[in-house]
Amino acid sequence: MYRRTFTQLAAAAVALAAGAGMSLAQDTIRMGAAAPQTGPLAGGATVTHWPAVRLWVHQTNEAGGLQVGDRRMTIELVEYDDQTNPQQAIQAAQRLATQDQVDFMVAPYSTGMNLAAAPIFAQLGYPMITGTAVTDQQPALAQQFPNMFFVLGRTSVMAEDTAHVLVGMRDRGEIGNRVALVNVADAFGIEMAGISRGVLEENGFEIVYESSYPLGTQDLAPVIDGAKAATPDAFIAWSYPGDTFALTDQAIVQNFAPHVFFTAVATAFPGYAARFGDQIEGVMGMGGVNADDAAFQAFAEAHMEFAGQAPDYWASAATYATLEILGQAIEATGSIDRATVLAYLQDRSHEYETILGPVNFNENNDNERYWTVGQWQDGVFRGIAARGRDGAVAAELFDGWN
Amino acid sequence: MFILITGLLLGGTYALIALGLNLQYGVARIMNLANGEMLVAGGFAAFWLYTAGQVNPVAALIVIAPVAFVANWLIYRFMLQPLVKRAKSRGALEVDSILATFGMSFAFVGIMTWAFGGGYFNYAFLAQPLEMFGSSYAQNRVVAFVLAVVIGGALWLWLTYSRVGLNLRAVAVNPASASLVGVDVRRASALAFALGGAVTATGGALVSMFFTLDASVGVLFTMKALIIIIMGGVGDVRGTIVAAVILGIAETAVARLVDPGLTLAAAYLLFLLVLLFKPAGLFGKARG
Repeated sequence: MYRRTFTQLAAAAVALAAGAGMSLAQDTIRMGAAAPQTGPLAGGATVTHWPAVRLWVHQTNEAGGLQVGDRRMTIELVEYDDQTNPQQAIQAAQRLATQDQVDFMVAPYSTGMNLAAAPIFAQLGYPMITGTAVTDQQPALAQQFPNMFFVLGRTSVMAEDTAHVLVGMRDRGEIGNRVALVNVADAFGIEMAGISRGVLEENGFEIVYESSYPLGTQDLAPVIDGAKAATPDAFIAWSYPGDTFALTDQAIVQNFAPHVFFTAVATAFPGYAARFGDQIEGVMGMGGVNADDAAFQAFAEAHMEFAGQAPDYWASAATYATLEILGQAIEATGSIDRATVLAYLQDRSHEYETILGPVNFNENNDNERYWTVGQWQDGVFRGIAARGRDGAVAAELFDGWN
Repeated sequence: MFILITGLLLGGTYALIALGLNLQYGVARIMNLANGEMLVAGGFAAFWLYTAGQVNPVAALIVIAPVAFVANWLIYRFMLQPLVKRAKSRGALEVDSILATFGMSFAFVGIMTWAFGGGYFNYAFLAQPLEMFGSSYAQNRVVAFVLAVVIGGALWLWLTYSRVGLNLRAVAVNPASASLVGVDVRRASALAFALGGAVTATGGALVSMFFTLDASVGVLFTMKALIIIIMGGVGDVRGTIVAAVILGIAETAVARLVDPGLTLAAAYLLFLLVLLFKPAGLFGKARG
C-alpha cells in the first residue's frame, strides 16, 4: 500500500523534474544523428561521418552555441547506430523524432541510407541536408522530398569528369587511348562504369579490358593480372574501400603501372596514404578538396586534434558543411522551428559560407559547386577537376609505384 | 601457372578461414556463427601488435594463438557447455548453439567496435612482390599459404596419430559411443572448440596481412568457412583443405578466364554439385 503510494510519488517527482528539465533545456538544441557504427559501412562512416558531425557540435558549443534570436543555444547530440540497415535507419529517425524529440536531425551516411531515410524525414518534417548522398535522381528526389538537399554532387558528373580528365591528358599527348575499366558489381559501380565508358568511347578511347567483381571481393589478383595483360594506358576502377585497398596492393605487387591509376571510394581516405605511403604519388581517386584552402586546412587541423585522425579529402568536409548550412539557417531565422528553418533553406536566394566555400542550392535542392576528381600529389590528395570551384591543380602522369 | 599459383594462395587463405570452424563443428558440434568475429579479433590483435609494438604478425602468433585458445576454452566452458548439457539430441544442440553463437557474434562486433572503433584496419607487412615462374605474387600471401600448409598438416598428423587426436576423432564420429569406450567427451569437445578458436584467430592474424578488415566484416568469413567445411565434409581436416584449394583455384580460374563477376556463381555452383553428388561432403561419411 505504502509502497504503491511511494512509487506514484516518485513517478510524479520524476515527471516534474523532467518537465523542469524540459523548460531549462530550451537553452539547448537537440540534434539527432543515426548513421552506421556497425555493419558494412561502419568503416567509411567512422572516417567520414561521425568525426565531422561531432567536431561541428564540439566547435559550436566551444564558441558558446548558436545565436538563436536573442539567445545562445548549445547543441546536444543524440547518436544512434543504424547498423548500416535501412530498416534500422528509419526506426532510428522515428525514435529520434518521437522519443527523443530532437529539434533537428543530421542526414545519414551514404547514398543508400539517405535514400532509405528520405521518406521518414519528409514525413516528420525535418530538413535533410545530405553530405554523403551522390545520385543522379536529385530532380525527382527534390520534387518528392522538398526537404532534402544535396551538397556532395552528382554521380554522372563525377564519372564524366573522370573520363574528361583522361580525354584532356590524351589530347595533350600524355597518354594513348587504351583504357582498362573495372567496377564493383553493385548499383554504384555499374552506373559509374556505364557513364565513364560512354564518355570514353564517344571520345575515341578503346576499352581494352572491362570486368566487374562481386561486392566484398578482396582477392583481386586476377583482375589486376587481366588488366595488366591488356596493356592499357589508363586503369579506372569504380571501387569501394576494401577493394580500393586490395586493387592498389595487387597493382604494386604485380607492378602494374599504367599512366593513369584511378580507384574510387577511399582513395581520398587518410588511411590510404597511411597504408601505402609515398608509393601512391600520382594515384587518382573520386572527390577531392582544395587542399591549399585555408578553411579546409583549419578544418583538417581541428579534426586531427579533436578526433585523433585526419579527415578524408572529400566527403568529411561536405558532411561538416551540411551542419554549417543548418546552423546558419537556424541563426538567420532566429528560430528552432523546423518549418521556418526549412522554408529558409528552400529559398534559393540564400547562400551559405562553408569550409567548401560558398554553397547555395538550385531548383533541385542541388549544390552545383563541388569537387569531382582528385590526385595524390606530394602526400596530399588535391582536387584536379571540379564544377564551379577554384583551386583545381593540373593532373599529373602516374610514373609508377616507387 | 598464374592461375594455379594464385588459386593455391587463395585456397590457403580459405583453409585458414575454415579449419577452425571445422574442428568446432565437427568435434564439439558447435555451429559457431561467431567464427568470423574470432577471425577478425585475431586480425585486430595482429594489427595492434604490429602498429603499436612493431611485432611481426607471424611472431605475434606466439601470443595470439594461446590467448585465443584460452578465450575460446572459457567461452565453451561457461557459455556453451550449459547448452551441451541440456541438449537432448544433436539437432537440439545445433539449433541452440546456432542461436547462442549468432548472439555472440553481435556481442563481439560491439566489443570490437567499442575497443577499436568502426574504421578500416590494414597495414603493410611483406607487401612486396615475389617472382615465381615469370609472375609476381605478394609475399604475405605466400607466407600465409605456407603457414596454412604447416597448420593444416600438423593438425592432420596430430588428429591421425596422437592419442588425443584419436579421442577427438572418436567424438566426431559418435559422442555417445566415444564415452562408452572411455573418452571424456566433455573435455575432448572443450579442447576441440578451444583449438578451433585458436586456429581461427591465427588465420585472422595471417589474413590481416593482406585483407582490409573492420569490426563488422566477420560474417563474410563465416559464410565462406561454412561453404568450405560443408563441401569438404564435416569433421575432416583433409576435406577442408582440399575443398579450400578447389574453391580457390576455381574462383581464380573463372575470374581470370571468364569474368571476375562470376566468381561467386562459380563457388556456389561447385557447392551445389558437391551437395548433389556427395551430400556428406568430399571426405564426409554418410551417417547412419
